[in-house]
Amino acid sequence: MSSEPAAVTISGVSQVFNPGRPNEVRALDHIDLTVATGEFITLIGPSGCGKSTLLRLIAALLPLTGGEVKVNGKQADQARLDRDYGMAFQKAGLFDWRTVARNIELPLELMGWSKTDRRRRAREMLDLVKLGDFAGNRPAELSGGMQQRVAIARALSFSPSLLLMDEPFGALDEMTREHMQAELLRIWAETATTVVFVTHSIPEAVFLSSRVVVMSPRPGRVADIISVDLGTRQETTRESEAFFKKVTEVREALRAVERLS
Amino acid sequence: MKGSGNQLTASFSPWLPVVVAGFVIFGGWELALTIYNPDGFVLPPPSDIVASFVDNFDVVWQAVKVTGFIIVTGLVAGVVAGAAAALIVTRFRLGDEIITPLAVAVNAVPIIALAPIFNAWFGSLSPRSNQAVVLVLVFFPIFINTTRGLSDVEASQIELMESYAAGRWRITREVRIPNALPYFFTALELATSLAVIAAIVAEYFGGRQDALGNIITNSAGLTRYDDAWAAVLAGALIGFALYLLIQVAEHFVMPWKTRADSS
Repeated sequence: MSSEPAAVTISGVSQVFNPGRPNEVRALDHIDLTVATGEFITLIGPSGCGKSTLLRLIAALLPLTGGEVKVNGKQADQARLDRDYGMAFQKAGLFDWRTVARNIELPLELMGWSKTDRRRRAREMLDLVKLGDFAGNRPAELSGGMQQRVAIARALSFSPSLLLMDEPFGALDEMTREHMQAELLRIWAETATTVVFVTHSIPEAVFLSSRVVVMSPRPGRVADIISVDLGTRQETTRESEAFFKKVTEVREALRAVERLS
Repeated sequence: MKGSGNQLTASFSPWLPVVVAGFVIFGGWELALTIYNPDGFVLPPPSDIVASFVDNFDVVWQAVKVTGFIIVTGLVAGVVAGAAAALIVTRFRLGDEIITPLAVAVNAVPIIALAPIFNAWFGSLSPRSNQAVVLVLVFFPIFINTTRGLSDVEASQIELMESYAAGRWRITREVRIPNALPYFFTALELATSLAVIAAIVAEYFGGRQDALGNIITNSAGLTRYDDAWAAVLAGALIGFALYLLIQVAEHFVMPWKTRADSS
C-alpha cells in the first residue's frame, strides 16, 4: 500500500437532481472509482449516463447528494478551494476581452501571482501548446483547435496535479481532433498530470487512456472498466491491430449497456 | 500609389451614402417648396431654418446649454441608476424580486405625462423636474439590457471561474460586466435619443423660458416656424453629438469588439 493518496477516490456516490419533486432524476447510482496519480482515464457512455455529472462532482461544481468524492485525499470542495485541478470544456470558453496570453494568466491573477511571474508562465504555456506567436492575439482571431489549445494551456497554467476535461475536442473536425489528442498525450507525458477525460468517441477513449470507464444510463452506473495497454501512442497506433481490438471491446461493452437500458 | 488611392476611397466610402442621401432629401425639400409653396409658411425650406439658426445663434446656443444640461445630467443619473439596479438584481435574488416588478410597473406609466406633476413637486422653474423625467425614461432600457448582458453568460465560463474558487463579486467583475458591455452600449444609444426627446417634451410643460422646448412652443405659437425648426435642429445636433461621443467611448471601452469587426 502506497502512503500517497489516489488522485481521485469516488465511493458510493449517488446523485439525485430535484429530490422530492415530480421531476426528480437519479443521475448517478452507487459509483465507486479510484483514479491513480498520473493516470489518464476516460469516461464514456451514451448521453444521460451521468459522465459529465460525475466530472462536475470531482470538480465540486455541484453539491453532492450522496457518497464521498476525494481529490488528493481531501474533500472535493476543499480541493477546489486549494486549486488542485484545472478544467477544460467542450466550448473553449476563452474571454473575448482578454488577449490569448491574458486568458492564460487569468487563474494566476486569481491566485495573486505577480505580473512578471504571470507573464513568464503564460509564455511557457504558450510554447508548450505551440502557440508562442499568438500571445497578443484576440481569441476570436484563432481557429477552434487553437482556441482549445489555449484553454488547455489555461487549465495547466498553475500546474494542477489533476486535469478534468469535458469533451474538449467534441466540436473539432476529425483531423484536428486526432492532432489535438496527440498533443494532449505529449503534454500529459511532459507535465505528469492526472487526467480525467469525458468523451463519447470510442477511438478517442482508446487512443488516449490507460483505462476506459464505460457507463450505463438512467441511473448512471459504472458498467465496465477496460484497461488499455498500447504502449507509447504514435500515429501508427491508430491503425494497429491491438488498437482495433480495444475499440471493438469498448464498442461491445457500450452495446451491452444499450441492450440493458 | 494604387494602394493609397484605395485606402482613401475606403475611408470615405462609409460617409458617401450619407452625404448623397442628405443632398437628395434636403435638396428635394428645398426644391419642392420653391416649386409648390413659395411662402414656406408651415414647412419652411431648409435654407430658412439654417438662416434662423445662424441669425439667432446666441439664443439657440443659450437654449442648447440649458437643455443640454438637463439631457446630460438626466442621462448620466438614469444610466448610473439603471446599471446599478441591474447589478443588484443579478447579484441578489431579493433585489430581483423587488426591483424588477417595480421597474416594469414604472415603465408602464407614460412618463412624459408625468412632467406637469413633477413640475408641481419640484417647482416649475427647477431643473429637477425635467431631469427627473429624463432619468426615469432612460432608466428602463439601460436596466433591462444591462441585466440581460449580466445574466446571458456562457455557463462553462461561470463553471470555469468557480473551478478557480473565484468569489461571486470576482465573477461579476471578470465575466459578467465585460459580457454586458455590448448590451449596455446598445441601450445607451437608445437612451440618448430618448433623453433628448424627454428633455424637450418636458420643457413644453415647464422649466426655463430660454430652453429648446419653450422656444419651440413659443415660436410655433407666434407662427415663427423657422425659429421653431431651428430649435429642433439644435436638439438633433445635441443628439448627434452624444451619439458620436458614445461611439468613441465604445471604441475605447471595448477594443476587442472594434477589432473583431474591422478584421
